[in-house]
Amino acid sequence: EFRRFSLERSKPGKFEEFYGLLQHVHKIPNVDVLVGYTDIHGDLLPINNDDNYHKAVSTANPLLRIFIQRKEDADYSAFGTDTMTRKKNVLSNVLRPDNHKKKPHIVISMPRDFRPVSSIIDVDILPETHRRVRLYKYGTDKPLGFYIRDGSSVRVTPHGLEKVPGIFISRLVPGGLAQSTGLLAVNDEVLEVNGIEVSGKSLDQVTDMMIANSRNLIITVRPANQRNNVVRNSRTSGSSGQSTESSLPSSTPNILGNLLQGEEESDEEDIIIEDSGEPQQIPKAAPTSESIESLSQIELLHESTQNGFLPSSEMNLNHSAGSISMEYEVPEPGRKSLEEDGTIITL
Amino acid sequence: MRRFLRPGHDPVRERLKRDLFQFNKTVEHGFPHQPSALGYSPFLRLMAIGTRSGAIKLYGAPGVEFMGLHEENNTVMQIHFIPDQCQLVTLLDDNSLHLWSLKQHGGTSELREEHRFTLKGPPGSPPSATQVTAVLPHSSREVLYLGTESGNIFVVELPSFRVLEDRTITPEAVLQRIPEDNCNRRSCELVEALREHPKNPDQILIGYSRGLIVLWDLQNNKATHHFLGSQQLENLYWQRDGSKFISCHYDGSYSQWPVSSDNRQSEPLENTVPYGPFPCKAISKIYWQTTKNGLPYIIFQGGMPRASYGDRHSISVIHGSQQTAFDFTSRVIDFFIIFSSDPAAEFDDPSALVVLAEEELVVIDLKSAGWPAVHPPYLASLHCSAITCSHHVSNIPLKLWERIISAGSKQNIHYSSMPWPIDGGTNIAPDPPQRDLLLTGHEDGTVRFWDASGVCLHLLYKLSTVRVFLTDADPNDNMNTLGEDEWPPLRKVGTFDPYSDDPRLGIQKIYLCKYSGYLAVAGTAGQVLVMELNDEDAEHVVDHAEADLLQDQEGYRWKGHEKLKTRDGPVRFEAGFQPFVLVQCQPPAVVTSLALHSEWKLVAFGTSHGFGLFDHQQKRLVFVKCTLHPSDQLALEGPLSRVKSLKKSLRQSFRRIRRSRVSSRKRRGGGGNASEVQEANAKFDQDVLQEMELAPVQRKIEARSAEDSFTGFVRTLYFADTFLRDSSRHCPSLWAGTNGGTVYAFCLRVPPAERRMDEPVRAEQAKEIQLMHRAPVVGILVLDGRSTPLPEPLEVAHDLSKSPDMQGSHQLLVVSEEQFKVFTLPKVSSKLKLKLTALEGCRVRKVTVANFGSCKTDDYSENDLAVLTNLGDIQIISLPFLKLQIRYPCIRKEDVSGIASCVFTKYGQGFYLISPSEFERFSLSTKWLVEPRCIVDVPEVTSNNHVHKSGTENAARKSSPDDCGEDERKSGRLMEHALLNDEKVLKEIQSTLEGGR
Repeated sequence: EFRRFSLERSKPGKFEEFYGLLQHVHKIPNVDVLVGYTDIHGDLLPINNDDNYHKAVSTANPLLRIFIQRKEDADYSAFGTDTMTRKKNVLSNVLRPDNHKKKPHIVISMPRDFRPVSSIIDVDILPETHRRVRLYKYGTDKPLGFYIRDGSSVRVTPHGLEKVPGIFISRLVPGGLAQSTGLLAVNDEVLEVNGIEVSGKSLDQVTDMMIANSRNLIITVRPANQRNNVVRNSRTSGSSGQSTESSLPSSTPNILGNLLQGEEESDEEDIIIEDSGEPQQIPKAAPTSESIESLSQIELLHESTQNGFLPSSEMNLNHSAGSISMEYEVPEPGRKSLEEDGTIITL
Repeated sequence: MRRFLRPGHDPVRERLKRDLFQFNKTVEHGFPHQPSALGYSPFLRLMAIGTRSGAIKLYGAPGVEFMGLHEENNTVMQIHFIPDQCQLVTLLDDNSLHLWSLKQHGGTSELREEHRFTLKGPPGSPPSATQVTAVLPHSSREVLYLGTESGNIFVVELPSFRVLEDRTITPEAVLQRIPEDNCNRRSCELVEALREHPKNPDQILIGYSRGLIVLWDLQNNKATHHFLGSQQLENLYWQRDGSKFISCHYDGSYSQWPVSSDNRQSEPLENTVPYGPFPCKAISKIYWQTTKNGLPYIIFQGGMPRASYGDRHSISVIHGSQQTAFDFTSRVIDFFIIFSSDPAAEFDDPSALVVLAEEELVVIDLKSAGWPAVHPPYLASLHCSAITCSHHVSNIPLKLWERIISAGSKQNIHYSSMPWPIDGGTNIAPDPPQRDLLLTGHEDGTVRFWDASGVCLHLLYKLSTVRVFLTDADPNDNMNTLGEDEWPPLRKVGTFDPYSDDPRLGIQKIYLCKYSGYLAVAGTAGQVLVMELNDEDAEHVVDHAEADLLQDQEGYRWKGHEKLKTRDGPVRFEAGFQPFVLVQCQPPAVVTSLALHSEWKLVAFGTSHGFGLFDHQQKRLVFVKCTLHPSDQLALEGPLSRVKSLKKSLRQSFRRIRRSRVSSRKRRGGGGNASEVQEANAKFDQDVLQEMELAPVQRKIEARSAEDSFTGFVRTLYFADTFLRDSSRHCPSLWAGTNGGTVYAFCLRVPPAERRMDEPVRAEQAKEIQLMHRAPVVGILVLDGRSTPLPEPLEVAHDLSKSPDMQGSHQLLVVSEEQFKVFTLPKVSSKLKLKLTALEGCRVRKVTVANFGSCKTDDYSENDLAVLTNLGDIQIISLPFLKLQIRYPCIRKEDVSGIASCVFTKYGQGFYLISPSEFERFSLSTKWLVEPRCIVDVPEVTSNNHVHKSGTENAARKSSPDDCGEDERKSGRLMEHALLNDEKVLKEIQSTLEGGR
């Protein structure tokens, strides 16, 4: 069924209102639906909150194509990320169709609803003074473009205030990923790199860790400018559903696990040229290795549950789908401050 | 929590790990860095060396060695053995005294610090009042006499270090008996030397710095004789019978003084300036040794004419008409003479001169004509020329071992045949389980072969590659060709020669095949030499080939050093490894990787531009592959040499600064001078630090890209017989890994042996793998169907290894600086991996497969990866599942050269340089452990203490505060005992007597 109606671009209103409007237009007032739209890249993206609703409206050019699906028979995998991963997905499906079938989707959240972009993540599990930033380099030509230095910061310890050595961002290269996302700033203190604390590590060690993780770099910082911090006024369930009070260290293992898995996919793609022929991506390992891999996944699952954190099993199982950030914060209604601070910037 | 959930944590495996792995630093090989003091005990026949870092090392018979470290890490100034005891006293530059003793514990002797003590003056006295300048351990073994800057001589009790204040010998007491017109209070400033009378332990000779010498009677507490030298005193030495003593002076003179009972103030018998008449440098130490034939040996340090030879580090030996000034290439720290220790003997009969120079130990045989040097079994100067690389080969077949030794013995003919004279203690370590060779490549183009099987790292054979090339310096140019009438009669001794004629000769990579005796070495200017062991001298032409690694790349200009010029025509080679093929890379960049396959007769080499394969049977270049990224200008121009030379010049300037600081800190700067200098140094250090802090240190965070510099740098080469193309047919292959994370695999066709000379070796590129993280590839390894690393070439042919499993599928292990990754073969797909850098922030520096045996059962062993990271940690990682087994901190992460120098053995041991001249040996295995185990026996001293003491009353004794060389002599009673019981001493005396004939 197709419906065509108009909206005022400058005043789109709230998602709730829009949702009501759709239900009204389609005459399905009591049916739960999934709302999606095609963005300028031709990807199918969801509309389920104010933020992506506004985004959808603002990017409509001039037509906003909206897809509505009944929730119970929705095909989540239809939602797209970016075209590259999509292609790969298809490829791997073709390569190992049975493998794909073996792993039914267990949908807990919808991490794949978003194209991976540099972003702030884990807002719900971090102290408000900290910020975890994912610099997603995949698919962009931009350099990471920042420098780090040694420095010292003041910490509260059992012995009172103490000056401790720390690692700080010293410079942003104009036009680099770090600068263009606006997520990092000079003099931000680096606390973790991909879930691993940097305290006690030397500048060179941290440099090496960052470079080794450069394809999917997640940095937890204590911003030098604390005024733009996210103020959490609502404690509704985030993507994780975890208690928001969890402190930084206890969250580390989850993140580590997820990151490991996430990365597993992203840099599995060593290129091999056979007999001087055409380059091709190295396919996933032969069946023998499958057992090992699933073993590690179970292990991950284990740990995560130990921490009271519900892991995204979909993430673990659906490893052929390229890397998608499961840590991507699903902005909830009532988190308006997020956008106002300009902390999420879509590339 | 994550750690506990790791699947690897099962208790059985944990127990097994305890049986397999254990980390120990076992022994330090080579020559101590910055030695500062020397001591010798004729009683124990042990030598002690102290260093500027506060280490003290004792050496006896080969294999007998002990090490101790002062907590303070201060420079050891003096070492004195307590007469007839297993004890020694050290004086540090912070004026503290330390008593060390050798105690038996669990079947071996151990060196332990027992007490420490700092002399304290009365409140308010200046520090110089108690600054110790001379130490005399008295033959009674109960007291130490401590001469100070103030002129006071304090007496402290041993071992408690209690000051016996009533026995202090003050300058006032000394001056009482001396006519005032000759001396005043100032004559007694600074005690320069303290010597006990060789026959009468109640008399000690006190030498003050300004020239006054006093013979002091300890019983009556008075000066019995005094001697007035006109020159500033440097040192004293008693003649054996106690009738005369020698003093040596600042102006390069020495005097002989008679001691007679009637004459209380005497004039010198003889006053000589041996290298006069022009002004000479000080003689800082002198020996006067009597012999049967009447002609004494006069041995002294320094005294050279100030203007022309003032910069020489010399020790002169005068015996009748024979006179030689041994000329050392580095500063002489101290020396001692080994002479007859039998107190009943009438003469000293010196047998050997032992000289500790800053960079080496030299022992001169005084018994043989021409005074040849003795080849030391330990304390080898590894850094005769700077070490540029090392290579370890385990388990050398006996045949090859013997051939190398025989080649080496032909090089050592100029050494004395005298048995090693310092032979105290007993080595009780079991014989080394196998013969191990450590090969070191040096800056001067030599390769040294060391016996690394046991505790003593011993030079077996030295190979020089210089003869193949034409260099500016003629190798036949002999520094020692001095005319007969040359004065002073200087003679160069020792092997330390840090000056390389041509840095291009430097050896960078070594590969020895222990089964075939083929050796490949590669150097700084892109030279690759393949050699064969020949037991005879030979003259032949070295086949020469050039490998143009830039082949089809146009328009590049190499701005680095030129290639080495080769010698035309046949070259004469001495017995040993003789080169037969020379390949020169073009451009002549430093060779960064090397592999030799002795079965296929192929050698592969790589530089920053590419790699090549050479067939050394047919002497034909098989192929070259350029790995250079077209935009990589840095690599093209050859800046490696520039970077290096910059590093070198920095290093040199630092050294200069350090040296100037060292020299300004003269041994006894007198009074506050020393502390002033130290203060200045501290300030200097601080300034340097501050300067460093000012410069902001920041690191760029950027993903690696294909355009980075030096991505084409070939880091590793590997030969393997494996399934490269399909899983039914295996073939020889060559693998190469680059700095940019690329792995190239070439399929090789090697003709069968009967047609080996007729058909060419063919190579074809089969695979190219680009690691996505682009980190440098530092290791490539193929695992067979049983997941065992493929054996070395010829290993199976010699029945030393099981044939590899060619049934199951092979796996490829690629080790990059950042991660370990296993791929399947022949279809390369990623199987599993272990990330290091992403998780720990460290990078792989060295990686080797090592075999670990269980200490519990003989039949279990496994192969693991031994990995050294850039943080100096060693990790053991299991094969083939890549699980971290264990981690040990080994080298400080700041010690970059230590980390760079590390080599692992095939059985879980390793070596790394702790200084330019010392290898630390470590072991990761419970099974293979080479460490000193030795006993120093003191037969009767404790039991016969009483008898012995009474016997000392008229025993011949002598003590010398400054060198503690021949301090003690055994009493007749003691010697008898030794003669009866110690066969070794008997033999030694016998050999000494025979040597004299």
